[in-house]
Amino acid sequence: MRIGVVTFPGSLDDADAARAVRLAGGEAVALWHGDADLHGVDAVVLPGGFSYGDYLRCGAISRFAPVMTEVVAWAGRGLPVLGICNGFQILCESHLLPGALIRNDHRKFVCRDQRLRIENNRTPWTSAYAENAEVTIVLKNGEGGFVADEPTLDRLEGEGRVVARYLDDNPNGSLHDIAGITNEHGNVVGLMPHPEHAVEDLTGAGTDGLGFFAGLTALTAR
Amino acid sequence: MPKREILDPQGKAVLGALPRLGFEGVVDVRQGKRFEVEVEGAPDDERLAEVRRMAETLLANPVIEDFVVTVEAVEPAERERDDV
Repeated sequence: MRIGVVTFPGSLDDADAARAVRLAGGEAVALWHGDADLHGVDAVVLPGGFSYGDYLRCGAISRFAPVMTEVVAWAGRGLPVLGICNGFQILCESHLLPGALIRNDHRKFVCRDQRLRIENNRTPWTSAYAENAEVTIVLKNGEGGFVADEPTLDRLEGEGRVVARYLDDNPNGSLHDIAGITNEHGNVVGLMPHPEHAVEDLTGAGTDGLGFFAGLTALTAR
Repeated sequence: MPKREILDPQGKAVLGALPRLGFEGVVDVRQGKRFEVEVEGAPDDERLAEVRRMAETLLANPVIEDFVVTVEAVEPAERERDDV
């Protein structure tokens, strides 16, 4: 199982994402924003950070990076793609996922261990979790408020496309407490919290995040 | 500009600051962006259509933002001053 991790200028969590892939039993393949080639990987992670300095809007410029042309094309053919935090913003800007992410309603950067419910375990990224599993994963964002118009929210809810929802306390003003969503086909997932920071007991909030990377490895091993 | 129905935290922060400075009677503030795109030649329909495409594609995110395109002439002297 070869999982590509894209590095954009300003990516911060690419090394942690690659480490999470390896800990889950996969092979991490470094992909470069300027290289319009996915090098035959089986899945792609768009990691967190501040790609292109968040200039213009978070993810707006990364969307047009050469590698994204390939990611968009292959996502349309079913390639599993996970966008974490800034990666989620890039997926929305790319129109691979609906809606947008705006500045936290309380206007402060938030960094904490966040309880979540995994409501959709039918995506390749969440298949390791039991349905409605409650997990704790690191959250850190300044522009993590998920917004979409009412018809879009109704569609996401009606089709079971809310992958993860905040529990206890909404950290950023996301509508419907949405922490993560998936596309119609379930292969593209965007997630605001950071599962790649919750994969080892030594650091972070336990190992609840490992499932996002382990599920995929188990799927292809079959 | 952020669409009416989209929360604008930056505008809210400015709205909160104004009364502290003694500016009364402000009921709402919304904060947007302005891009000055300088183009070659006359701004004919074709050129303006292209600028609108730029706005839809990159400058604005139509999911959360509305935009308007207006034309302003750039005086040659002003352009030189900018270059200094």
